[in-house]
Amino acid sequence: MTTARWCLLALTLAAAVVAGIMVGTLPLSPNVVLRGLLGTAAPMDIAVVRELRLPRVLLAALVGAGLGAAGAALQGATRNVLAEPYLLGVSGGAAMGAVIAVALGARAPLVPLAGFAGALGAVALTLLVARAAGGRGDARIVLMAGVVVGAFANAAIMVALAGADASVVRGALWWMMGSAADASWVSVRSLALYVAVGIAILLLLARAIDVLALGEETAAGMGVDVARVALGVYVAGALLAAGTVAAAGLVGFVGLLVPHLVRMTGARTHRSIISGAALAGATLVVMADLLARIAHPPAELPLGAITALLGVPFFLARLRRLA
Amino acid sequence: MISYHAVTVRYPHRARAALDDVSLSALRGQITAVVGPNGSGKSTLVRALVGRVALDRGAIRIDDVSVLHSTRRAMATRVAVVTQREEPAFPLVVRQYIALGRYPHLGLWRGHAPGDTAAVDAAIALTQTSLLVKRTITELSGGEWQRVRLARAIAQGGEAIVLDEPTTFLDVGHEMAVFELLSRLARDGRAVLLVSHQLNLVARFADRMILLHDGRVAAAGTPGEVMQGSILERVYDWPLVVTRDPAIGAPTLVPLRARPRV
Repeated sequence: MTTARWCLLALTLAAAVVAGIMVGTLPLSPNVVLRGLLGTAAPMDIAVVRELRLPRVLLAALVGAGLGAAGAALQGATRNVLAEPYLLGVSGGAAMGAVIAVALGARAPLVPLAGFAGALGAVALTLLVARAAGGRGDARIVLMAGVVVGAFANAAIMVALAGADASVVRGALWWMMGSAADASWVSVRSLALYVAVGIAILLLLARAIDVLALGEETAAGMGVDVARVALGVYVAGALLAAGTVAAAGLVGFVGLLVPHLVRMTGARTHRSIISGAALAGATLVVMADLLARIAHPPAELPLGAITALLGVPFFLARLRRLA
Repeated sequence: MISYHAVTVRYPHRARAALDDVSLSALRGQITAVVGPNGSGKSTLVRALVGRVALDRGAIRIDDVSVLHSTRRAMATRVAVVTQREEPAFPLVVRQYIALGRYPHLGLWRGHAPGDTAAVDAAIALTQTSLLVKRTITELSGGEWQRVRLARAIAQGGEAIVLDEPTTFLDVGHEMAVFELLSRLARDGRAVLLVSHQLNLVARFADRMILLHDGRVAAAGTPGEVMQGSILERVYDWPLVVTRDPAIGAPTLVPLRARPRV
């Protein structure tokens, strides 16, 4: 990608962040946003900017960055343009953990933790199933195992919800639809850590992913330890997916959609595809969260529904080009 | 350079071993060709070399070091491999693709040094792919793609190159160009280990031939020693005669039509 495109991508993200802070029940001008960030605005504006809007926008950006980067790396390592972070059983596992926590009457701080644990448990199970099936770093077997584990988790959720009362079902559903509404500086900080570590690992593996994308046998002949690199991508991808799911629930389509967008801009090597997907993913989720807030006030639409709605026309257009 | 010592490989749930006590070696400065019918174990030789199948018994050594005692990366700096099939999932630009051959030489963050760029340029010159470098690998014809893959392997460098059926899908001209290139690489001192179906071409270019049959070595030696009508007829299970090609007198196989049943 050219430097001009990188700048454009970064500027779009900055604009989305500013717009995300401006828009809400109390609209703020860009000037107030800037002074609020610097701490020179009226105390109430400072509070709205710093304690309400900024954490929410940053959380949305981190969710998008994590899902975008994880999707880009997974698509490369599995050589499959339909791969995405949730496909490793992450979404089902996270939802199962969260639903069980809700059903057991757990309060707010415990539910994301349960979701995180469920996601990591599901990924571990996926990798164990793949290994038991004999796939030595074989991406197809890992993806199939992920589908199996995800299906099992979904079945378990349905069983758990069948006998639950309405408030539990509602809480679980809200989780499964995704939202950045519960953002706080605590959740932003912990997610920032996961996202930074996860993306750093993926960038270190980026060159190996370039080679792995040529095929496993070719990559082995070119000096890539196929099983090890694949495992690194799965673990880092799972960390990113689990961290984002714990912070904002399930935000579908981002990990699938964003890498396609970035490749369309001409990014070819995975170092630029992963970095580009982190930036573009952040922009997309910040915008989607903004739409979720203003589309149907005073109610908020689920974030996951917005990202899916944005994804559908895009993939329809791609489909037409393929056919 | 590359030597297989009594290598046995078994795939799970198969009664017969894919490779059964196979020993062979590929020397520097020579083309060593492995031939044999479909399913005789040729491709398994390559898969075992890059560690995609585990050895049941025996050892594969690069000079005197077992491939099990060396990292994939260290091995790749010495031996380049062109596998039988390669279907890239994403459209790289040809030059980027050839430059990926330098992967085993690069550090975690270090970019391409002048030496890497020089190796890529030399590989492009040797394979005459300079007109293709700006194209995308998914837009190349079969012959162009095969030349570009060779360029990638040559850019990888090292003292040996292993190729699995490098001329499948190529027309006569492109096929000859690939064999001439391999011959040049051998003259420059590399060990060339070639898996091929093209018995007649191999007989003209190779220094040594190894004929595999059902995972075992059925014959090994110079092309003249291996290209014997009686051996080939038994291994390929088809009537044939071996004659001499009119140009350089290399042994040439001519398969016969099936005999009409009386």
